[in-house]
Amino acid sequence: MTRLVVQGLSKRYPGAAAPVLDRLDLTIESGSLTALLGPSGCGKTTALKLIAGLLSPDAGDIRLGEASIRDLAPERRGVAMVFQNPLLFPHLTVAGNVGFGLKMRGLGAAEVTARVDAMLAMVQLAGLGHRRPAQLSGGQQQRAALARALVLQPNLLLLDEPLSSLDAGLRDEMRDLIRSLQRETGITTLIVTHDQAEAVALSDRIALLLDGRLAQHAAPQDFYRRPASMAVARFFGGVNFLAGRVEGALFHGPFGVLPLAHAEENGPATLTIRPEAIRLCPGPTAHSATVQDCCFLGTQSRITLDLSGTILQALASPEVVRTLTPGDKVGVTLPPEALWVLPPNQPHSPDNSTA
Amino acid sequence: MRGDRLRTLVGMLLAGGLVLPFLPLAVWSVAHGWRYPDLLPQDWTGKAWTYALSDSAGVLHSFALTNFIALATTVLAALIGVPAGRALGLYRFRGKGLVTLLLLAPAILPGLAVVFGLHAILLRAGLTGTVTGVILAHLIPVLPYITLVMAAVFARLDTDFEDQARSLGASPLQTFRYVTLPAILPGLLTGALFAFLVSWSQYLLTLAIGGGRVQTLPLVLYGFAASGRNDVTGAIALLYILPGVVILIVSARLITGRGAALAGGLRP
Repeated sequence: MTRLVVQGLSKRYPGAAAPVLDRLDLTIESGSLTALLGPSGCGKTTALKLIAGLLSPDAGDIRLGEASIRDLAPERRGVAMVFQNPLLFPHLTVAGNVGFGLKMRGLGAAEVTARVDAMLAMVQLAGLGHRRPAQLSGGQQQRAALARALVLQPNLLLLDEPLSSLDAGLRDEMRDLIRSLQRETGITTLIVTHDQAEAVALSDRIALLLDGRLAQHAAPQDFYRRPASMAVARFFGGVNFLAGRVEGALFHGPFGVLPLAHAEENGPATLTIRPEAIRLCPGPTAHSATVQDCCFLGTQSRITLDLSGTILQALASPEVVRTLTPGDKVGVTLPPEALWVLPPNQPHSPDNSTA
Repeated sequence: MRGDRLRTLVGMLLAGGLVLPFLPLAVWSVAHGWRYPDLLPQDWTGKAWTYALSDSAGVLHSFALTNFIALATTVLAALIGVPAGRALGLYRFRGKGLVTLLLLAPAILPGLAVVFGLHAILLRAGLTGTVTGVILAHLIPVLPYITLVMAAVFARLDTDFEDQARSLGASPLQTFRYVTLPAILPGLLTGALFAFLVSWSQYLLTLAIGGGRVQTLPLVLYGFAASGRNDVTGAIALLYILPGVVILIVSARLITGRGAALAGGLRP
């Protein structure tokens, strides 16, 4: 089994005031594809380089399978990393690049050629092995870089924003390729990205890093339905936060009482609802709102609603929104199953956070 | 059209400036009696060449020795200059400015200024009058060239390539051999050619440290020039410029070689 366990991993760069990575705990199950998600500068690339052995941690342990790899040289970890740029060695052919790691292991030329050819076919580069990296397109270069790591059959594959250097159309293609190759090979994979849509579409699990700490580690849909904190909800596009009190299965908010799906702990609480979960109804409902603004976003439209002083944002189909103009009154339904009470002690100020 | 003509003119001037000074040497080396105001010698002879290339003159031995010293100096300088250039080009560290200044110093200071101190040190080490001592002395003017060239090369090196190699299973040595070296090779060869020429043309340091016992080609050449043997001087001088000419051609190939390599790669 090649489960990756990261424990208390910390790293501070010389001269920096705050650690870039602060006691990170993370477990990646064998054979899974996990996205390490976070805004730029949150420490995710640092975490990847620590796991790859290209940086050494100040504290903490990294275990792959049963053994600690913390003090092993990068080439002895059984970990292969693909960088943001393809970094194909310019003096080698594409086949020479893909076969690089096998050659370093001392494999015979015939076996290297056979495995390289098979790998090139898997990433749809069959027949391009004799070319120079500069003669490949950006997408082809990135696929060759992926092939160069996969051909080694590593225990752990690390991908550092492999899609960010590609155009939008190529990005989807590459994403699907990574997904299918990962399923096919079953290689435990950790992919770093700052794009939450990419993380959601690609991975089994998402580990969200905010300010050098793990903010939430869960399945993609949980980040929408059950965010661990306001910061997590915001990162995934959450905009509606209501302050109030929970009493049993009722939430006493700024515009009246909202029924919850089940009882929560009593006391002051923050409630959140996804903009796409808010329903607009032409008829009379429990809550009526004034349309403040409509904004066409393409496949959906965003409506800003005023519920007796509380501003909520909702997403609806453009057909519905076309009939509305600012100042109109609409009925609003907030489905109980879409309401999520943020866990306590995850407040607005980070200083009393216990995460 | 005008550009072509200008280029031809500049080329001719350059070629003339480079070749013309050597014409009298070439003529001297085959002249038999060449007196003012004659345009050409009265007679021609191969005697100077026969003498210069004979065993008794020691010119060929000097040629080999000078080659050996210049090669050894270059290899040693590369062994020191590559890591030093890496440190200067890639890393920031305390006292980097001072280190750079100290490295540049031999290129700025006249050789005469260091020769006496150096002589005292090498005398104590028992290395005066030896080839080893001369090689060590040559390192002083050679190291700045190769180190600064390598610093510029490493400053443009993307070390992510090295990280990538490591994470693909290459040991540090393999990474240097298969990734770093190919990337720095053109710069390293240019630096090495410079180093070779600087060592090749050393006179003062060889004379002071070698104490006349290490007879490199510049010393032999000065000897014949001082004794008024214009014909032999001409022959030796032509031998002396041989490596320079070869290196000029090779380095011109190196500089344009990149384009050639790319064109080769484009072939299906």
